[in-house]
Amino acid sequence: MQRKKECVAMLLAGGQGSRLYALTNNIAKPAVAFGAKYRIIDFPLSNCINSGIDTVGVLTQYEPLELNEYIGNGQPWDLDRSFGGVHILSPYQAKKKSSWYEGTANAIYQNMSFMKKYNPDYILILSGDHIYKMNYAKMLNAHIATGAACTIAAIEVPMSEASRFGILNVNKDGSIYQFEEKPKAPKSNLASMGIYIFSADKLYKYLEEDDKKEGSSKDFGKDVLPAMLDAGEKMFSYRFEGYWKDVGTISALWESNMDLLGVDPQFDVGDTSWKIHSRNPLAPPEYISDSAEVDNSMVALGCEIFGTVRNSVLSSNVTVEEGAVVEDSVIMSDTVIKRNATVCYSIVDENVTVQQGAAVGEHRSDAKGITVLGRNITVAANAKVESGKIVDKNVGEE
Amino acid sequence: MARSAVGVIFTNIQDKNIPELSSHRTMASIPFAGRYRLIDFALSNLVNAGITTVGIVTKNNYQSLIDHLGSGKDWDLARKDGGIILLPPYSNETDAPYKNRLEALMGITGFLRHRKEDYVALYDGDGVSRLDIDDVLRFHEQSHADITMVYHEADSVESHYYITVDPDNSGRITSLQINPKLKTGDKVNLYINVMVVHRNYLMDIIQNAVQSGLNSFGRDILAKNVQSMRIFGYKFDGYYAGITSLPRYFRYSMEMLDKDVRHELFGARDIYTKVRDSAPSKYIEGASVKNSLVSDGCVIEGTVENSILFRGVNVGKGSVVRNCVLMQETVVGASCRLNCVITDKNVVIRDRRQLSGCEELPYFVAKGKML
Repeated sequence: MQRKKECVAMLLAGGQGSRLYALTNNIAKPAVAFGAKYRIIDFPLSNCINSGIDTVGVLTQYEPLELNEYIGNGQPWDLDRSFGGVHILSPYQAKKKSSWYEGTANAIYQNMSFMKKYNPDYILILSGDHIYKMNYAKMLNAHIATGAACTIAAIEVPMSEASRFGILNVNKDGSIYQFEEKPKAPKSNLASMGIYIFSADKLYKYLEEDDKKEGSSKDFGKDVLPAMLDAGEKMFSYRFEGYWKDVGTISALWESNMDLLGVDPQFDVGDTSWKIHSRNPLAPPEYISDSAEVDNSMVALGCEIFGTVRNSVLSSNVTVEEGAVVEDSVIMSDTVIKRNATVCYSIVDENVTVQQGAAVGEHRSDAKGITVLGRNITVAANAKVESGKIVDKNVGEE
Repeated sequence: MARSAVGVIFTNIQDKNIPELSSHRTMASIPFAGRYRLIDFALSNLVNAGITTVGIVTKNNYQSLIDHLGSGKDWDLARKDGGIILLPPYSNETDAPYKNRLEALMGITGFLRHRKEDYVALYDGDGVSRLDIDDVLRFHEQSHADITMVYHEADSVESHYYITVDPDNSGRITSLQINPKLKTGDKVNLYINVMVVHRNYLMDIIQNAVQSGLNSFGRDILAKNVQSMRIFGYKFDGYYAGITSLPRYFRYSMEMLDKDVRHELFGARDIYTKVRDSAPSKYIEGASVKNSLVSDGCVIEGTVENSILFRGVNVGKGSVVRNCVLMQETVVGASCRLNCVITDKNVVIRDRRQLSGCEELPYFVAKGKML
């Protein structure tokens, strides 16, 4: 008997994430730090293993080095398996041709042999830019129950934002009769979450057809899903209720980090019944000094806090020196905020030094927008970074 | 990689010193500094010296130790050749498990014989330090020593069993005492239970001891042969915390709040421990935390001062926790007052309780208790 996996997950992680600006200068979006110790990709990977899916192909293309290193052999997610496990799938040179991934559907098409190796009945397509907890097994059960060719996870969004999404127009039983990609005048507010389950043979068939089609942009939302619907395939929506956030923009990334705070947070990463696994920092417990004040914040291991931290999320090994104030901000690992410096309403990437007395951003109520500091830069003593600025070079004289 | 060595950690041998914390676990698996167990310091020092094989000698109560160690991957010790090798007591129906260090060593001769490394670093899992084992090995080679004993200068001792050494100018130890009476205020060279010896030499010692029916490594071997063997002392000047009693445990825990101590121990960030995937700690609006170490997974709503919080500790609203060591998953309800308290794992302190100890006699709450 051929060994097989019932369901193989394919995780699209090639996106550049250009709307995250300086944060994705050198790394792929799914590798962006989130929630003090996580990276965005921890969420779909943890969802997979928690849902009993242990075979995951991660399709990378844009700046994959850090993401590849982070995933490694998959051990932190229990995805180091002798049959299955997590595999990085980069574009490769084939005998006949070699090409970059052209669209989401093309990326999957080019890795057909990877999927077929596991002889799966179902393929789960995921993207690496959302923060959410979801049991894919329940969705798979729904897919099997309806006998659909494709099931699309969907969530209700505010009508005013519906035109930013792929919108599903569905019948009472949840079957889809129309699929509109970012419609100007949406008929419903049921948005596709970019999570699809296909019956494997249907997926292979439509990917092959799409590849031959001239002028196709080789995208699931624009090409493959509409083609399936046109051909009369049975397509169902799967309603998801719960927290789901696309963190593809600076403001969404900031907000989603803030959603973790409080006793009863909008999104709880501390829920032990659905653990979010990640690569853990090698660091001692955080130290909060006599002079420190830490209020309504999340602080990761290895931090040393001597100043004031309010309404903020701090990743591992961040130092906030005496007199420094960090407020309404997301600070990523190894960053140092020196004496009397202030950081307000900002996202500061890894390994940044904000020198003494420097001022980054402004109070949230006065700010023009979120200030962003890219990784490995220094803001000189007493220098100022205006609110809303996105900076990826040293600021001020050193 | 000039020097090759295996590590051996005796996890139970000092259990008697701190029954409060070692009744459910081995000495080596006593939790320390918020997210570690004592064995993490021994293991990390060995691993950081390039040692990739460590035998773990156990006797009893080693379930929590095995759970902690797992496959050894968190210390980079999940290896095809070597890695972590558990050495539970070797005994049959008629023989009881080993009673002393010498018998423990006899029980692991098979392990020692099958290794190929030149040296053995013998380690009791009872001390917290950042000891450069590679430097000890270098010293051992340069001194052409048979045995190198690591010692530090102590002004008091609080242990059931201890050895003091007198090295001469060259470092050679020509006399050593077992459990000598000490006057208060005297400085002594206290052996810190870390020793380096050539593997073949160690096997010879054990062999001879078996044939001559000896039963104490300290008395019958070290003390008796101190003149004829080349025993050298390696002086360790760094921070050392020997966990020899509950008050000492408390005192050394509090020393982790000292920046210099913390930076010496953890500065280069390579003390390894088991990973548990806890969420980062949350400080709720209105919480106040001063001069404390907080591990991951904590949720703090109250006031915490001069304390060590292990993973997953909750401190409820209106509670004040001062000078405490709260181990993993301790839950402190609302409006409690805790001062100089040590809670073992999974302790629940219900709302409005007041517990107080003092530095010399911290109030101890045993594992799993609900108050």
